[in-house]
Amino acid sequence: MLINKRLILSHFWLAFIVFGAALVLGAWQMFVRSPLNAWHFNPEFYYRSVTAHGTVMGYVFPTLVAMGFGYAISEAALEQPLIGRRWAWAGLILVAVGSVVAMIPVSLGLASVLYTFYPPMIGNPFYYIGVVLVVVGSWIWVALMSINLAAWKRDNQDKPVPLAMFANVAGSYLWGWTAVGAALELIFQIIPTALGLTATIDAGLARVFFSWTLHAIVYFWLIPTYIAYYVIFPRAIGGRLYSDAMGRIAFILFVVVAMPIGVHHLFADPQVGAGLKFMHSVFTGLVALPTLLTVFTIVASAEIASRLRGGKGVFGWIGALPWKNPIMLATALSFVMLGFGGAGGLINMSYQLDSTIHNTQWVTGHFHLIFGGAIVIMYFAIAYDLWPHLTGRALDSLGMMRAQLWLWFIGMIVTTFPWHYVGILGMPRRMAFYDYANPAISPQAFSVTMSAAGGLILLTSGILFLIVLIRGQFAARGEAGAYRFAIPLHMPVRIPVALNSFGLWLALMIGLTVINYGYPIAQLMVLKGTSVPAVYVGAAR
Amino acid sequence: MSEEKLYSLRNPWFSISVGITVAIAVLSAVAGLIWFPLLQPNLKLSGIWDAICSAAGVPGLSTQAGAVPPAFKTSNVVMTPEMLTRQDQVSIGRGATLAQRCAICHGPQGVSDANSPNLAGQYAAVTYKELNDFKTGARVNVVMTPFAANMTDQEMRDVALYYAYLPRVPSSLVNPNLTPPAIVVTGAPMRNIPPCGSCHGEIDVKAGSPWLGGQSAVYIKAQLQAFASGARRNDISEQMRNVARQMTAEEIDQVARYYEAQP
Ligand code: HEC
Ligand code: HEC
Ligand code: HEM
Ligand SMILES: [Cu+2]
Repeated sequence: MLINKRLILSHFWLAFIVFGAALVLGAWQMFVRSPLNAWHFNPEFYYRSVTAHGTVMGYVFPTLVAMGFGYAISEAALEQPLIGRRWAWAGLILVAVGSVVAMIPVSLGLASVLYTFYPPMIGNPFYYIGVVLVVVGSWIWVALMSINLAAWKRDNQDKPVPLAMFANVAGSYLWGWTAVGAALELIFQIIPTALGLTATIDAGLARVFFSWTLHAIVYFWLIPTYIAYYVIFPRAIGGRLYSDAMGRIAFILFVVVAMPIGVHHLFADPQVGAGLKFMHSVFTGLVALPTLLTVFTIVASAEIASRLRGGKGVFGWIGALPWKNPIMLATALSFVMLGFGGAGGLINMSYQLDSTIHNTQWVTGHFHLIFGGAIVIMYFAIAYDLWPHLTGRALDSLGMMRAQLWLWFIGMIVTTFPWHYVGILGMPRRMAFYDYANPAISPQAFSVTMSAAGGLILLTSGILFLIVLIRGQFAARGEAGAYRFAIPLHMPVRIPVALNSFGLWLALMIGLTVINYGYPIAQLMVLKGTSVPAVYVGAAR
Repeated sequence: MSEEKLYSLRNPWFSISVGITVAIAVLSAVAGLIWFPLLQPNLKLSGIWDAICSAAGVPGLSTQAGAVPPAFKTSNVVMTPEMLTRQDQVSIGRGATLAQRCAICHGPQGVSDANSPNLAGQYAAVTYKELNDFKTGARVNVVMTPFAANMTDQEMRDVALYYAYLPRVPSSLVNPNLTPPAIVVTGAPMRNIPPCGSCHGEIDVKAGSPWLGGQSAVYIKAQLQAFASGARRNDISEQMRNVARQMTAEEIDQVARYYEAQP
């Protein structure tokens, strides 16, 4: 039962509009720094563009998808109208206003600091204030998700929380806590310096705070995708979810072990001790677990669906899956990208191998494959699945949807495989200009050109996606029925309290954060003389 | 469901999950903070506590002792973006009087015809820093050093603010349409040279980087050669020496002519 359709639809539309704009910037970035472009402009434009692209793709777009999807789940899974409707609108408005406030200084070239902030570089204060507003808007969502769950639990004391809502709330708690790191960095360090209240900044401490956010934020991006795997995919292909408990455990593991691992982004930083880096590495190894559980459960669910349709044999059942169904296609393509991306991730997570690809284009190639590829393709699937229920009109351009998903997949492979490769050749990331005439760089020219071509394919796919949604808004009216989530093979009647509540897991999440972050943060805060002069960007010319 | 007690050691979900978490945390701490550091002889650790401190990142005391002091004077100016950015009429007035001594070489309007550097419109922090460096001997020039030698800190601030207040005067060779040389716009990444414009203006202005527009080509060239040869070494953290050492003679000529023609 979806009641606040306009609220949900507004989140998705805003998300996809900003996504479309940032996608154009991405394709442009890839083109200007490729050999296809004769270099003739101010490199500052490149950093402006990367700041805007990164901020929108990293903070605004996924946050809006998680929020919109979260409200949809709350209403559909709990079968109760959203509590706090006005607050939800206020949250959306905060995100929208925050994005505009942040993007104005960026477009004026006053805050080309990149979305990771990079202190001691300091840009215009409004950029950071805008980002804080986006985060505050999303915290309203975090609060609403837990309020809605609590209200439902009060009225349904003996029922297990539906998996979709359980996962959704897990994601919201993870985000609520992980965003604290960047918020501390912004509010206590960067914004005071940007306002001119202090002239120096402890960049090492700021980076530690940012790493607190940086790892778990990727799981926040990922959770809508995983929710779609568990509760949309099996239903959409006419099957059942293999195991409800496995799903709960996977999301619980994300909550517990996504936090105490962020220092793996600081392997090359001197301000954190080697022993703490090792502890973070150990927990980093553990976060593979929920993904392995998920792959197993979802493949098993696909097999169930296929055998129900008459699929036979050890591998023969794969052919019997409903491949024409866009959700089927998206999930399969997402898995392939997740597999390649996961293999790359194994390199990043090991201290020694990481040093060979640190700060190279390998890293950007990697996260585009996982985030832009495996995760975002499921955002498309979520939109395709929800749209008829939100608009009350059928999405009937199935062929176009399939073409769009294939193009996204092909585009992503064509873009990111060469992108990884040039990273191995040593091409640094976050640079506007590469002199391909130089014999040391010229071997990268072909691969970068290929990536640029891939960028155009992705752009085409993005445009196609928006066309499908717009056409959906104008299609003939048709009742889509109630919005439902996948039913597990064995419907849980009684489940352990541990799998139905969050207290224990939040305690472990916070406890591990304290263990793994407490000392480095305390030490850097106490040490004197660790601050450096701020470097203001976009200063008077 | 509601009667089951979660926070009890008898609940296996509680005891197992907490137990595993604590076990992993303790084992990884023992391995990372004690065992692995002790396996590394080059760390020369004196015991378990020393190993823990080293692996946790407690700053060592010995790091300072090993630093070799340079054989020459380095700049003692701490450069911040805020330095001398506030206009102060009284200070400017005093500076105008003091600057009369400088006019023979730097020109009555802060613009020189004799290849001494122009000072009109230069950032006050830059003028202040250079005077300071002449005074301390971090930057050496037989002609200029004696003039800075007797200036007080306040006098240097006053002159600096005065020259910053004077308007920049474009040279007679000004040609704003000149295409900038590649090294100004893109630098030379393979030689580790950032674009000149990312510090000296047009792309961005970084604290302490002098305004170069309208400066005589002879002066710019001489300074770049001095940085390259090490004759001038007052730039903090070798910011300019690292750049100039990697530049070709041709590039030095190009940038000198380019900046001379800028307003
Ligand atoms: C006799 C000529 C002469 C007089 C008088 C003189 N200067 Fe200079 N000044 C020079 C020369 C020559 C240089 C360039 C030094 C070099 O090549 O390293 C210079 C350099 C400077 C610089 C460094 C500029 C830069 O861009 O790096 C400053 C600042 C400066 N003078 C300030 C002053 C002030 C203030 C006075 C008056 C108190 C003064 N000078 C008097 C000749 C003079
Ligand atoms: C990382 C920032 C940075 C970059 C990049 C840079 N400079 Fe500099 N440059 C400085 C600073 C800072 C100084 C002042 C040094 C000092 O403290 O005396 C300076 C000084 C100079 C001076 C002496 C000016 C004077 O008035 O004394 C010249 C000439 C110069 N730079 C030219 C260049 C050229 C040409 C390039 C590009 C090839 C370049 N710089 C790139 C930071 C930079
Ligand atoms: C047309 C498709 C895309 C292309 C060609 C593209 C290209 C780029 C390029 C060239 C950069 C700068 C890399 C650097 O200089 O280090 C970048 C950064 C980034 N991209 Fe994309 N991108 C695309 C789509 C996406 C998508 C779909 C997402 C995620 C939803 C995304 C997320 C990001 C982020 C977060 C950054 C910031 C990285 C940083 O600051 O280093 N991009 N992208
Ligand atoms: Cu990470």
